[in-house]
Amino acid sequence: MKPLVLEKEQAGHWLKGLCNNFDIFAPLPTDKGYSDWQKWDGGDLFDVAKGVPKSSIKTFFFPQPEVLFQFNARASAPDAFRLREPKCQDKPRILFGVRPCDARSVVLNSMPYEEDPYFQKRIQETFIVGFLCREGCSTCFCKWTGGSPTGTEGMDVAAIDLGQVLYVEILSDKGKRLVGNGFFRSPTKDEETEAKDFVEKAKGQALDQDVASILRSKGLMHLYDAPFWNSVSEPCINCGTCTFLCPTCYCFDIQDETLRGKGRRIRYWDSCMFPLFTQHASGHNPRGDKLKRVRNRFMHKLKYFPDRFGPISCVGCGRCVRDCPVNIDIRQVLRSLLEI
Amino acid sequence: MRFDASEEVTMNPYLPYSAVIDDIFVETEDGNLKTFRIVLENEEDRRNWTHRPGQFAMLSIAGKGEIPIGIASSPTEKGHLLFTVNRAGVVTTALHKMNVGDPIGVRGPLGNGFPVDSELKGKNIVIIAGGFAFTTLRATLIYMLEHRGDYENITVIYGARTPGMLLYKDELKQWQERDDLNVYITVDREAPGWDGLVGFVPTIAGQVKPSPENAAALICGPPIMIKFTMPPLEEVGWRNDQVYLSLENRMKCAIGICGHCNVGPVYVCKDGPVFTRAEVQRLPVEF
Repeated sequence: MKPLVLEKEQAGHWLKGLCNNFDIFAPLPTDKGYSDWQKWDGGDLFDVAKGVPKSSIKTFFFPQPEVLFQFNARASAPDAFRLREPKCQDKPRILFGVRPCDARSVVLNSMPYEEDPYFQKRIQETFIVGFLCREGCSTCFCKWTGGSPTGTEGMDVAAIDLGQVLYVEILSDKGKRLVGNGFFRSPTKDEETEAKDFVEKAKGQALDQDVASILRSKGLMHLYDAPFWNSVSEPCINCGTCTFLCPTCYCFDIQDETLRGKGRRIRYWDSCMFPLFTQHASGHNPRGDKLKRVRNRFMHKLKYFPDRFGPISCVGCGRCVRDCPVNIDIRQVLRSLLEI
Repeated sequence: MRFDASEEVTMNPYLPYSAVIDDIFVETEDGNLKTFRIVLENEEDRRNWTHRPGQFAMLSIAGKGEIPIGIASSPTEKGHLLFTVNRAGVVTTALHKMNVGDPIGVRGPLGNGFPVDSELKGKNIVIIAGGFAFTTLRATLIYMLEHRGDYENITVIYGARTPGMLLYKDELKQWQERDDLNVYITVDREAPGWDGLVGFVPTIAGQVKPSPENAAALICGPPIMIKFTMPPLEEVGWRNDQVYLSLENRMKCAIGICGHCNVGPVYVCKDGPVFTRAEVQRLPVEF
């Protein structure tokens, strides 16, 4: 489809027209001094800092918690303890202003979740309007992970901010459903040139090494037994912040809950940083020490995942770098693994 | 799973089959191991159920949770499934308190199982088990006896701490009486009324000295038993790729997504639980 242009002052009107059929979320300023994903209330959409919002968009595909089943927990009831699938009543959602790293995380997470009906259902019902990055942050490193500031993987619509207007490309059938109304026009020659220049320039700055294939080619135990894991893990306090903020940390726990006769089986985010993650009922723990847990997180992202699926399980959003309380830096770990 | 009103029905891999506890048998003198006979509610599910010895299932008790348990029955035993369960955590404790007729969920079969219809065919089979790790090996042995012509000599070495801690005591007796099976049952130390073998499983394995010629060994037991069983086998020429082990790790989804049971790049639930010792030795020791 040909690219289109949307005047920024029209964006709100365009989205309002979609509100009947969609819930719309965008990274909006919070009173805590950072921007984060919130339901759009019709206000200003472009008062957003560069880089990524505080939390990733995994919560839209992998909610905290996801109800897998419901059941009647009264033993006397005829249907007592029979698992029923919940009826999902959420409206389809538009995520407006998704950065290329976050959009790509959805594609990566879909690989292990290929046969997960809950996750796939949410993918079908979520429409991603991406914003390519004209400016990076000091913590961004998407190019190292196989992504790019102009990457459109995972997006239904990709927008480039040209100041007064958004230059918009439609990338999927879902995307077509969003731009069907009259707010868009064809780009002028100048707009087209500016957008193309921006994309070409980013291409010129691409990394000339394929990090994932280098890591795949290295021996598993060579990396596992590397001498630096002790120094990498030493400051870690196993708080799990990295895993909760990470768009591609997708591990979960399943628990049953009952309250006043109602029961549900839920899944919610878990973290391989926690000792209980692997503890057997016998008390034996295969990853009982911190070093093993820290190593597992990095090895999963940078070796186990690529060995299984191809790409590394990191999109370079830099959230873990930004918010780690003890300044553990995945970029440093990545460099060490590439060098060894 | 039916997500919407459309005709398309997708299977929900998290949804267990509804089933009922049909019989409960206390296996060991300490009462900590019980065998549960479980029957799927739906007749069609019962008919369609098929598994390979060595596979496991998630037993689901709504309100308590799910646990991965090896299937102790052979696929040749039709109409029901057997699970021998050690009381250890929240779900197994709840299960041990349940009665015949109580409802339960079964999600499975899961994992790979022993290659009984491929690599193991035509081989001399050596089954070595310790304690309550005999469950899926029982399934394997029953299966092999049903297809006795597919395998050469079958040797079973099985030990427990005391005679009262042995599983499947009636069947052990029957197997000992068969002439197409070499069975060595041992207990750790002398016990009143016990006139069988005495000694740890590795010691007995060292005395039996099974030949590695055209053979495969299936070993399940506590890690310490496996560790000490290998040297006497290696001494008579066994290679790691002839030895099959069944790993266990904490599991939640049991379909290779949730991340709990990984050993390096492999998932015990999906790629295992059965691995050759050669495969295990290429992996980190995280099990």
